[in-house]
Parts: sequence; structure tokens; C-alpha cells
Amino acid sequence: MDQPTSPPRLRPAKLKTDVAIDIIGMHKWFGDFHVLRDINLRVMGGERIVICGPSGSGKSTMIRCINRLEEHQRGRILIDGMELTGDLRRIDEIRREVGMVFQHFNLFPHLTVLENLTLAPIWVRKMPKKDADDIAMHFLRRVKIPEQAHKYPGQLSGGQQQRVAIARALCMNPKIMLFDEPTSALDPEMVKEVLETMVQLAEDGMTMLVVTHEMGFARQVANRVVFMDEGQIVEVNTPEEFFAHPQHERTKLFLSQILQ
Amino acid sequence: MAAHTPSGTSYVRAQAVAPLPPPLVESGAIGWLRTALFSGPLNIVLTILSGALIVLIVPPLLNFLIFDATWSGADREACLARPDRPVVGACWAFIRERLGYFIYGFYPIAERWRVDAFFVLLTIGIIWLLAPTARRRTLGAIYFFVVMPVLACVLLLGWPAIGLPEVSTTQWGGMLVTVVVSGVGIVFSLPIGIVLALGRRSRMPLVKLFSVIFIEFVRGVPLVTVLFMASVMLPLFVPEQWSPDKLLRALVGVALFASAYMAEVVRAGLQAIPRGQYEGAMAVGLSYWRMMGLIILPQALRVTIPNIVNSYIALFKDTTLVFIVGIFDFLRTIEAARVDPKWATPVTSTTGYAFAAIVYFICCYLMSRYARDMEARLTTTHRR
Ligand SMILES: Nc1ncnc2c1ncn2[C@@H]1O[C@H](COP(=O)(O)OP(=O)(O)OP(=O)(O)O)[C@@H](O)[C@H]1O
Ligand SMILES: [Mg+2]
Repeated sequence: MDQPTSPPRLRPAKLKTDVAIDIIGMHKWFGDFHVLRDINLRVMGGERIVICGPSGSGKSTMIRCINRLEEHQRGRILIDGMELTGDLRRIDEIRREVGMVFQHFNLFPHLTVLENLTLAPIWVRKMPKKDADDIAMHFLRRVKIPEQAHKYPGQLSGGQQQRVAIARALCMNPKIMLFDEPTSALDPEMVKEVLETMVQLAEDGMTMLVVTHEMGFARQVANRVVFMDEGQIVEVNTPEEFFAHPQHERTKLFLSQILQ
Repeated sequence: MAAHTPSGTSYVRAQAVAPLPPPLVESGAIGWLRTALFSGPLNIVLTILSGALIVLIVPPLLNFLIFDATWSGADREACLARPDRPVVGACWAFIRERLGYFIYGFYPIAERWRVDAFFVLLTIGIIWLLAPTARRRTLGAIYFFVVMPVLACVLLLGWPAIGLPEVSTTQWGGMLVTVVVSGVGIVFSLPIGIVLALGRRSRMPLVKLFSVIFIEFVRGVPLVTVLFMASVMLPLFVPEQWSPDKLLRALVGVALFASAYMAEVVRAGLQAIPRGQYEGAMAVGLSYWRMMGLIILPQALRVTIPNIVNSYIALFKDTTLVFIVGIFDFLRTIEAARVDPKWATPVTSTTGYAFAAIVYFICCYLMSRYARDMEARLTTTHRR
């Protein structure tokens, strides 16, 4: 199935505004536990942000607030100009524009790879099945596993499953992609294939928020690196500055641990 | 363990070991006997015990059911012991003569073809819906859940305008009633049970409260009580002039009872679905009902199939309780017929019950067999 020329790429959908994500003074509690404290982050269209920080610092919770898998209690979140509120229709609208890739893939095991990809386009975007199939095959070629289309997720390797998950998100033609530790459940030899897919996506100009500890990826792809600790954003900087001259003690400690 | 020596190679064998003898025969009839029946002392004892049990039970059973049985005759005379025939087995002549009653109850003889037609329609529906190779199953579902019930009502209840005289449900009986009651219970309990299970997990307090109260209340009382309440209390709520008939009331009672149990079965299945599935579904933008209908329930029901069928089998057998409110189901017709003086013999009751047991066993066995096949099919095609 190897093709000499790389398959055609679809441009990511255009944002309506320049600011893709605007998080203003956002707080979140789990019961009494104050997980996120005064988060402020503005992500411009086409920007790639890498988020890192120690375990339990609230990275997952923060990006899950962006597509309302978690609800924030104070402050505002605007996605492409639309504010996230309790309004269910607004939430659905935002979830259509924001793709998400999880640490454990969360593919639907009872559906084939192709069905995993076409499900949302058919049911949410109301796309005819034929078109949905075409788009799904396009993205499967792009993540380099078109030959797996008719298998079930359980029959694929972890790396292949994660690429299917990326393709599944892309089939909805999102304007923004969120990644929550997409490679940390993978065997080392599979990390590369997933990272390559993500680099390619970045080259196409997708707006990306990536929680990861792959510092090589951060160096290569990120416009900015966000460091979180104890529910706060401690430091935001360009990768060069972030790695060469971390500003805060906590950042230095974290980097020394992770880059040892 | 051998003592560890500093040189470190004492554990390496210096001589080749003689090859082991070839393994005992593990294939063929003898091999099978050896591995399956006589593989150890406990197994040998169990094999002998089971063998003894089979020898003890099977021949007398066969004698009664087949070799000594009476196959034809007009009344009790045929099934009585005579000097030339001291041992009498099952009185199948009795079953043969009363078979119509067991199947149709008091359904007018001239109209019984309508019940037969209903059975045919039902069989078509079941095969269309359940056969693994069936085509156009959506159409099959429409037929089974919409077309067939309407046709069945017209056929069984009658519609004088098109020349089908009315037959009151009080005349229904036998297998017809058993099939209708359990069929309605089976068909309605799953959707209602699913809704109740979802309601119980709902975040809306009122919905949740209602579901919990309903489920716990119904599960807290025996079916007999539900049937009594359905036949005594329902008329209090529904206007007099509608006067819901006895069978309908029992149908409602059975359906609600089965739904409460089904709700718990489905809930157990829902709990087996990891949170990631919900999140994956939400993240691609599916609404709550689509997420449930396309992602969560298909997986939950799949892992629940054995339990669902279990409930169905229990329900099928529980329908015998409708006799309490005066409905003549299959077992009740046998009960009534076995005391008929015309067939009063020492073996009549035994024969009647044996017949009932065989019929119930076949039905339940088919259900559980189908469920097992389906499970096997699903696990091979949807390997995780
Ligand atoms: N549903 C929940 N209920 C209560 N507490 C939660 C919940 N989810 C997360 N937490 C807590 O919130 C804190 C932040 O969790 P989060 O998953 O965002 O951390 P993280 O930075 O993603 O960590 P990791 O690198 O381990 O994934 C943790 O202390 C966690 O225990
Ligand atoms: Mg996390």
C-alpha cells in the first residue's frame, strides 16, 4: 500500500477569529479540592502549545475543560469566540470543532476502524455514508494505515490504535486538536510513529494543545511550552527559552527530573 | 536447589538426558476417554458415579415415556393396567386428545386457524430477527414490532368488519396465552428496562428517584403480588368504560415486573463500560442519546446477553403464575385437563406434567442455546 507520493493533505478548518482558545481567570474544584487556580491562557490560531508538569498538577483537567469533559466553576473559556457555558447546544457545537486524543485511545471496540472514523461524521455532521467513507480513508492513508480499515481496534497495535484515534478526531474536521499524553501508554518503538503523525499535523497548521513529556517533540513543534504545577500555570515560554533558561525553581526541578 | 559453587557452572548438565517416552495417546476415542473421563482419582470416581446415575434413571424414564407408553385411545380405558399389560407408561393418548385444548384453550374450534396463522407470523418474525444470515433486519424489526403485533391483534381478537368474528380473551388459553404473555413480557421488558436503567444513572434527581422507586418496589414484591395489583388496582386508574380486560392487565403486570429486573441486568452491563468510552463518544460530539444508542448500549448489552436471556427464561417460566388471576396458560390447561374424569388414570397427571416439562424444557433450551451461539459469534467477529 506504500505510495510514492504522500497523500494529499486537507487544510485544517479555518477559525472564525484569530484567537483559538481564550481561558480567562478559570478556576475548578473537585468537591473541596481546588484543582485549577486562576488559569489564564490565550492560544492563537495555528499555534502549537505543549503543556507539561508533574503528575497531578492539573494538565489533563485543564485541557478537558476546553471541550467540557470537565466543567469549570469560575472564569471564562472562549473557543473561537464562543463562550463555554452550560448550554448543551453550545457544548455540542464546541465539541464538533475541537478534536481530542486520549492517553488510552478510547476507540470504540465494537466498531471497525472505518466505522470508528465515520460514526461522528455520519451522525453528528449528517454526512452521507459514501462521503464519510472517503474522508475516513483519506485520513487513514494519512496516518499510514489504510489497510487496517476493516479490522477491529483490538486487532491493532497500540501505536496503530492511537493513529486511528487521531484520524477519528480529524474526520470531524476540527479547528483545534487536544492531546492528553498521547504517547505515554505506548511501547517506546511505537511512540515515534505517533509523534510523526502529530508533527505532520502541526506542519499543516493545526492549532494544537498537547500534554506530553516528550521534550523532543516540544522542541521541534511547540511555539510555546506551558509548565503547570499544583493547579497553576507557573511558566509560559518559547521552547528555546524554556529549556535553556527556565525562570522558576519548580520548572528547573521538573526539567532536571525529566531530562536527567 | 543445588549448593551454589563459585565456579558457577555446576548447574550446567554435563551429560545428555535420555529422551522422554512419547506422550500417552491423547487423541482418538481412547485418548479422549483417558483425558476427559479417567484423568485422575477424583475424575474416575465422578465418572463412575455419573454412570451409575445414568443407568439408574434413564432406562426407567425411557420405559415410562416410550416403551410402556400408550400412544392411542379414546378415553381412560386405553391407559389403565390390564392383566395382559400390568405396567402402564405415559398416557400419550390423553395428550393427543387434549392437545387442541393445550394449544388454544377455549378458542372456538372454527377460528383456531387464526391462532395457527398467528404462530406462523410470529415464527417468521423471530427467524427474520434472529437468524444470523437474515437480510434486511431493519425491515424485520419493523415487521416484528409494528406490523406483526397489529396483525396479531386483528387475527386473535377478531374484526367483524372484515369477517373475523370477535373472540374474547377469556376464551384464549393454553400455549397461545403462554406465548402472548411471555412474548409481550420479552418484547417490552428490554426497552423499558433500558430506559429505567438509564434513568437510575441519570443526573436528573426526579428521573432518578422515579426509576429507583419503581425498580426497588417491583423487585421487592413477588410477581404474584404484581399480578394481583395489576388486576385489582389498574381498573381503579383507568376509566370504567374502557374496562381493561383481565389478560391485558396481566400483560401489563408481567411487562412491568420483567422491566424492573431487566433494568438491573442492563445497569450491571452499563457499569462494565469504562469511562473512556463515554469520553471518546462525547469528544467526537455525539449527543447523550446517540452516545448511549451507538456506543454505550451496544457494548453493554453485548456483555449482558447471557443475563438478558437468563431473565427471559425466568420470565417464560414465571408466566405460569398468571393462573392466579384466572388466566388459562399452558400449564393451567394441563392442570385442568388432568383431573378430567374422562381421563382419570393413575398415569394421567404424571403424563401431563411430563409433557409440560418437555415443552418448557425445549423452549428454554432453545433460548439458552441461541444465546450461547450468539455470544460465540460476537466474540469471534468482534474480538477486543
Ligand atoms: N474526577 C475527579 N475527581 C476528583 N479529583 C480528581 C478527578 N480527576 C482528577 N482529580 C485530581 O485532580 C488533580 C489533577 O488531576 P489531573 O488528571 O488533571 O493531573 P495531571 O496533571 O493530568 O496528572 P498526570 O500527569 O498524572 O496525568 C489530581 O490530584 C487528581 O487526583
Ligand atoms: Mg493527565
